[in-house]
Amino acid sequence: MTQPVSPPRDDTPKLSSQADPSPWRAVVARADVRTLSLLGVLAALILIGGITKPDEFLDTRNLQLVLTQASVIGVVTVGMTFVITSGGIDLSVGAIVALASVWATTVATQDFGFVGVLFTAVLVGVGCGLVNGVLIAYGAMVPFIATLAMLASARGLALQITDGNTQVVTIDGILDLGERDSYILGIPPLVLMFAVVTIIGWLVLNRTTFGRRTVAVGGNAEATRLAGIDVRRQRLYLYLLSGLCCGIAAFMLIILSGSGQNTNGNLYELDAIAAAIIGGTLLSGGRGTIVGSVLGVLIFTTITNIFALNNLQSDVQQIAKGAIIVAAVLVQRRTANTT
Amino acid sequence: MPELTSRRGLLFGTAAVSAGVLLTGCTSNDTKDEPASNDQPAADDKKGKQVTIGFAGPQADHGWLNAINDNAKSRAKKYEDVTLEITEGSNDTAAQIGQIETLINKKVDVLVILPADGKALTQVGLKAMRAGIPVVNLDRIFNSPQAYRCYIGGDNFGMGLNAGHYIGEQLKDKKNAKVIELAGLDNLELTKQRTAGFDAALKNYPNVKKVARQAAEFTVESGQAKMSQLLQAQSSFDALWNHDDDQGVGALRAIEQAGRDDFIMVGGAGSLSAMQAIEADNSVLKATVLYPPTMAASAIDLARALGQGKGVSGLAEFEIPSSLTLYSAVVDKENVKTYLPTGFK
Repeated sequence: MTQPVSPPRDDTPKLSSQADPSPWRAVVARADVRTLSLLGVLAALILIGGITKPDEFLDTRNLQLVLTQASVIGVVTVGMTFVITSGGIDLSVGAIVALASVWATTVATQDFGFVGVLFTAVLVGVGCGLVNGVLIAYGAMVPFIATLAMLASARGLALQITDGNTQVVTIDGILDLGERDSYILGIPPLVLMFAVVTIIGWLVLNRTTFGRRTVAVGGNAEATRLAGIDVRRQRLYLYLLSGLCCGIAAFMLIILSGSGQNTNGNLYELDAIAAAIIGGTLLSGGRGTIVGSVLGVLIFTTITNIFALNNLQSDVQQIAKGAIIVAAVLVQRRTANTT
Repeated sequence: MPELTSRRGLLFGTAAVSAGVLLTGCTSNDTKDEPASNDQPAADDKKGKQVTIGFAGPQADHGWLNAINDNAKSRAKKYEDVTLEITEGSNDTAAQIGQIETLINKKVDVLVILPADGKALTQVGLKAMRAGIPVVNLDRIFNSPQAYRCYIGGDNFGMGLNAGHYIGEQLKDKKNAKVIELAGLDNLELTKQRTAGFDAALKNYPNVKKVARQAAEFTVESGQAKMSQLLQAQSSFDALWNHDDDQGVGALRAIEQAGRDDFIMVGGAGSLSAMQAIEADNSVLKATVLYPPTMAASAIDLARALGQGKGVSGLAEFEIPSSLTLYSAVVDKENVKTYLPTGFK
């Protein structure tokens, strides 16, 4: 990918479109051609679902289901989007989710209650993110290697803590959040948590100095450093942020599955990277879009849902997922060339 | 600042790494902890010649494999005349071959091997046999009968068969009964065998039809995700067979979240939590089909008998059998008390 190196400031397509006096036209004409094409894909999928299984697919319960299943990986993807936007990568997200979930459920079995579980999950996530961040920012390690090491060791630690067992949670307050009675206006609490993380993520990336710095570091780290920004500290914060998202996701996964297991979060790193990439975040850094990432997650979850409703097997599902990644990236290249 | 030099390689690298993790994550069936059986050893208890048994298994990242290790260790401890040399488990074929070769070089008297992949480990089994070390092949069978002296394992086809018969009997008076299947990891041979057995049994019940099948990954998370989709897809059905009690924890959670109780569920493997749920009889789970980890204890018995040149007490032969396949009993409310001690955590 020969991506033009963008200057260190906030002149990414998204940001400049906000400054445009006629934002709607700018939105349609530029960055959001991608968003619109993703919405088109999602609409097409909904159409396919609606045609093949009208009763089951277009059902409120199914909508709740799709959104709930998108929530956990969605939160991880928001964190991943920041990291990739800065030109980094975090391969350890799935392993961190596993470690945070088993640690938190170990606490749960010892009766520390709701707050203990939430606190532990978040703390473990942030702790792992801190290690990643220090290694990458101050140890000058390549993100791929540092987070690969974290992937291996966090999974190992999760296995050690559980001894291969499934740790079932019995705290009612936590389990209740996954039940239908706790839906707020028909929205499952997990989906609300996902929405909150998404909105905060969008605001931080698009409306704060922290967000602009993230984009700048991904665009041209050296120029950013010369502009007086502490690039290393920024990188540290970004991996912390990703770890934080993993901790939150682990807590959500505990609510969803009622347990902690060392196999939790399996392949989340791939799903999160894929969703961010098809959403329009550049793997080489310098451009990131939370909305695109979330649409990417929704597209994957909707495909899985449609396939399951039509009783297609997992091999077909994986092939289709691969095809969609390829197609989305090809479309992006086209739109990138024409704008 | 170090930056990634090859963006192109990145996704592929990630894919390779993660695929490795996936394989490591889910090669077995379930979960357990306690060495369960205290049944009579296959060979007699009288102290005999000192025997060193080498044990090589896959990584115990799952309850059932954990229970396998525990069963082997605790049974070996029971015999004063047995020394157990146990290698660290690995799901990597090359690593496991290396570990077995180490045991061969150490000249153990008998080898017990639970291969991560039976086909891939056949050659090293042959090598051991040629070196004069008899091999007890546990659970995942080698390609060639020459590669082992004795095979002992579970009956995956039989699991499906017994689950299918149990469900068929429960539904035999019901017109147009609908059954769904939540399978395990689709890329494992054992999953195919379980499904084949299930389908074969259902053929005996013309009123019962399998309307859906989805594969999960032997994990709670995947069990919850796949089951909630299945429940959405099938607004009504009469029975569910879930291949594995570990992913069954997630499946039961999905069933509870969907507020459904209009069907019966049969599990697989025989975890403690599944048996407790069957005993309590307060959920849709009414039975589970066993795949007992106690086979590891039996493998130690057989290996000891091999090393001491004995037969199996109670049988007329002077030698141990060449093959032993365990029965996949159906545990339901009637007999759960008997089987509860064998449930693994």
